[in-house]
Amino acid sequence: MMVKMPRDPRTFLFAGVSALAAMPALAHVQEGQAAGFLTGLAHPVSGLDHVLAMIAVGLWGAQLGAPALWLLPVTFPLVMAFGGFLGLLGIPLPGVEAGIALSALALGLAVATSWRPPLAVAALLVAAFAVFHGHAHGTELPEGQSGLTYSIGFVVATGLLHLAGIGIGVIHRWPAGRTALRGLGAGVAAGGVYFLWRALA
Amino acid sequence: MSSAKTLRGTWLALFGLLLSLRAPAAEAHLVTTGLGPLYDGISHFLVSFEDLLPVIAMALLAGLSGPRAGRRALFVLPAAWLAGGLAGFLTGAAAAGAWVAAFSALVLGLLVAADRRLPLAVVTSLAGALGLLHGWLNGAGIAAANREGLALLGIGGAVFVVVALLAAVAAAVQAQAARIAVRVAGSWIAAVGLLLVGWQFRG
Repeated sequence: MMVKMPRDPRTFLFAGVSALAAMPALAHVQEGQAAGFLTGLAHPVSGLDHVLAMIAVGLWGAQLGAPALWLLPVTFPLVMAFGGFLGLLGIPLPGVEAGIALSALALGLAVATSWRPPLAVAALLVAAFAVFHGHAHGTELPEGQSGLTYSIGFVVATGLLHLAGIGIGVIHRWPAGRTALRGLGAGVAAGGVYFLWRALA
Repeated sequence: MSSAKTLRGTWLALFGLLLSLRAPAAEAHLVTTGLGPLYDGISHFLVSFEDLLPVIAMALLAGLSGPRAGRRALFVLPAAWLAGGLAGFLTGAAAAGAWVAAFSALVLGLLVAADRRLPLAVVTSLAGALGLLHGWLNGAGIAAANREGLALLGIGGAVFVVVALLAAVAAAVQAQAARIAVRVAGSWIAAVGLLLVGWQFRG
């Protein structure tokens, strides 16, 4: 069937104004939920600097043992969320990329040298670096996606990376495993040097 | 084109404009399962993280505070949710829902992460307040979307099941590692709550 189009420009003008004036449909559940979650889940994994630092937190926790083993993975998401909060408010944080790279370098060195500082110092060090990671996540939500599910995604991904680090860190129970763990720490530190060089170049 | 047709088209477009200006914002609050309002309510709760996360945190907190607190939350939270939902459905207007979700997740998540054994009265008050606030928002949202109030019963039932399962697990865990896992879950929920506060400020 042929549709006869109106030729009067005023008809198009009214139709356009009508379309612009319509109220938006605020879909409560479906709008961008899945995409937001997947983007959030992929965000910490998509950058090797993030991955190295997150796994190093778990490795160091496993190496230090309780209570650092649980204190570090509990502290990190909370302080990371604070960094994300700052990012969402638009408060700038200088040297975010360098800070992330430095976190991989410092945490890698801590594992490589089996550094055992007081618990508060370890928690403060991890918390300070968490702010940089959170700030980077908090400022990079793509348009049209759900902020809630994006946040859930990147918190879950970060936590799972810590768990992966703790899981690998179990090798610390065996003498050969302790050496291997220190080797892994050295590898993380080397990655940190590379990313720091890239961030500062 | 004749002037009569042009005039008719103009009036038609004007009528459409007036209709669209009058139309309220469509806030589709509930999931439509096709199985009726009860199942719509159940599925709404299970996919609405702004409701689900605070309930998970409340259930874990009640369980960590002991079996008695777990049993209390099991009945107080769904009852308050239904009472608040009914009040919201009949009289309320949904406002500041995202703020409520953000602060409930943040506060309850922090309490779980801290692993403090709370007195029974505090657990009861928290469960009551959480149920009333979130129930009110659900009820008002359902009324605003012109959906059936029976969905509230589905939401209340789903809340009951989630609290029963998680409070029982949290109350039963004795191993240090399992308790740590519960605390880590609390820190994740608190982190999401803090980020939600940020999202609200950002607008």
